[in-house]
Amino acid sequence: MNAREALIQDLTMKEAARAASGARVDLLLIAELVEPGSRVLDVGAGDGELLALLANTRGCDARGIEISRAGVNAGVARGLAIIQGDADIDLADYPDDAFDYVILSQTLQATRRPKWVLEQMLRVGRRVIVSIPNFGFWRMRLDLLLNGRMPSTENLPYSWYDTPNIHFCTIRDFVALVEEVGARIEHATALNGYGQKVRFNLPWAVWNLLGEQAVFLLSRGK
Amino acid sequence: MNDRNEAASPATGTHATGTPAAGGADDRPVGPGRAYEALARAQADFPQSELAHFGPDTPLTLDAGVTLTPFQVAYQTYGTLNADKSNAILICHALSGDQHAANVHPVTGKPGWWETLIGPGKPIDTDRFFVIASNVLGGCLGTTGPSSINPKTGFPYGLDLPVVTIRDMVRAQAMLIDRLGIDKLLAVVGGSMGGMQVLQWAASYPERVFAAMPMAAAARHSAQNIAFHEVGRQAVMADPDWRQGRYLLEGTSPRRGLAVARMAAHITYMSDGSLHRKFGRRLQDRDGRTFSFDADFQVESYLRHQGEAFVDRFDANSYLYVTRAMDYFDLAADYGGVLANAFKGVKTRFCLVSFTSDWLFPTSDSRAIVHALNAAGAPVSFAEIESDKGHDAFLLDEPELTAITRGFLDSAARAVGIAR
Repeated sequence: MNAREALIQDLTMKEAARAASGARVDLLLIAELVEPGSRVLDVGAGDGELLALLANTRGCDARGIEISRAGVNAGVARGLAIIQGDADIDLADYPDDAFDYVILSQTLQATRRPKWVLEQMLRVGRRVIVSIPNFGFWRMRLDLLLNGRMPSTENLPYSWYDTPNIHFCTIRDFVALVEEVGARIEHATALNGYGQKVRFNLPWAVWNLLGEQAVFLLSRGK
Repeated sequence: MNDRNEAASPATGTHATGTPAAGGADDRPVGPGRAYEALARAQADFPQSELAHFGPDTPLTLDAGVTLTPFQVAYQTYGTLNADKSNAILICHALSGDQHAANVHPVTGKPGWWETLIGPGKPIDTDRFFVIASNVLGGCLGTTGPSSINPKTGFPYGLDLPVVTIRDMVRAQAMLIDRLGIDKLLAVVGGSMGGMQVLQWAASYPERVFAAMPMAAAARHSAQNIAFHEVGRQAVMADPDWRQGRYLLEGTSPRRGLAVARMAAHITYMSDGSLHRKFGRRLQDRDGRTFSFDADFQVESYLRHQGEAFVDRFDANSYLYVTRAMDYFDLAADYGGVLANAFKGVKTRFCLVSFTSDWLFPTSDSRAIVHALNAAGAPVSFAEIESDKGHDAFLLDEPELTAITRGFLDSAARAVGIAR
């Protein structure tokens, strides 16, 4: 794929791509950031797709918290260690340094207290992986500019009045929050609409435009 | 806590629309209740189960500070122990359950109380696992309890049996597991009081339990639950036929008292929603109110039947002992008041299950255990299952419970390398 094709692909909106293995590409990217054999807590684990990926491909001791009963029950029935719980409350129950990684995939915007959640994750895990949908993505901006309505995309299809996503942010907003809680960004990747890496290492402002979502690997600041 | 068939619809349905239970009639084909009672009594010393005898060389030291010897444990097994002895699953029964989890009950003739989950191809798959179910210490179907003969006197123990605890029950089970030559259980599974035993197993013998599945359980019995149990015990003890616990010697039986205890308890195993759905305010075989204290309402008839059916198979003193054991259960208290300390360093993997309409062992009880397990770093799954069937839901056919049990045990089996 040449640069032009890649750019076109990045600018094209399609549902999250799946690799040949059937795994979601954005989850594969997150899994790549996790050292094999680690202890991992996935916050907002859904039905456990990432947990299964981490356990099967990285040999991790992977546990999850998920708020929806249906998600939990499906995951537990698959033999995964998931508990029903609310990230906004239950992260407080975990001891310091309980995990090597705490992961929050596409969920920060749905928490009531994103800053508190991020702080708790940095307390519970030595490292934190957060992926966020980018509200600064060019299509969002264009949608709002041209239509004057709250944008919705295939990955974020909700209307403003029934969306679980109550705390949207942009990539630059999130970077500012990371600074505010005193964490360090060890690695960051912007993903296009396919859940694939934006192929240019560009300044935040550009990623903020081209990335539909972004994945951050954080550690505690000094 | 109920015999599945007392809780489930077949008996109920027949009864609610069939003969009134008042006066002790029931829907079984033959015999008055007392004949069943005699049959049940015989099980106390000579059960139709496997028996493990523990003589003077293997006494059981009880929490009460005394030793019990000799004693015996009655148990059933299903399936085959593999060569590695790695496929054994211990089933812990609830207050009024017994070891007949997956076979026809020798007294009532009804199917096992957990045949929803245990059997060939079922989540607790007897084609794959070696399943052990034992009667608890203090019970009345073959494991030493108050209706067993005290070898020192030649008469039933009655209240001379020391009060036993959940931990004592588990100690006796561990001795049984030793006797069976099994070092490590693949899983310990149980609901309600059975769930208490599961937790105690994981705390007392963590290295012997690979996976633990406490359902609709709590790490301690709540004040409300102790209160309900006290009502039940007082009902038993208020029956003149109880005779200070010496009814077996005196040839009486506190049937009324135990039946009332069971009726009160049975309400706690259901929910407002399930009672309403099953019975509403419907009348029992009559067109209108009788302006009497007959069982006008179906729900009354149903409860009377539950009480009657229970006394036929359960010993009144056992009811006192086993409810007491539950009341005394407070796992954290044995570990400095911090539940997480009970599970410190525990490698056992846990799966907890609660039910939305269970107000006897509510979800918050399970959640407290989950928090402690998280704090202790133990691997834990927890699912709350939507059901209107109250506490009894764990005994009933709940598809999500089936799927979760299957998934959890299957992953445990895979982890220890047990072939499908």
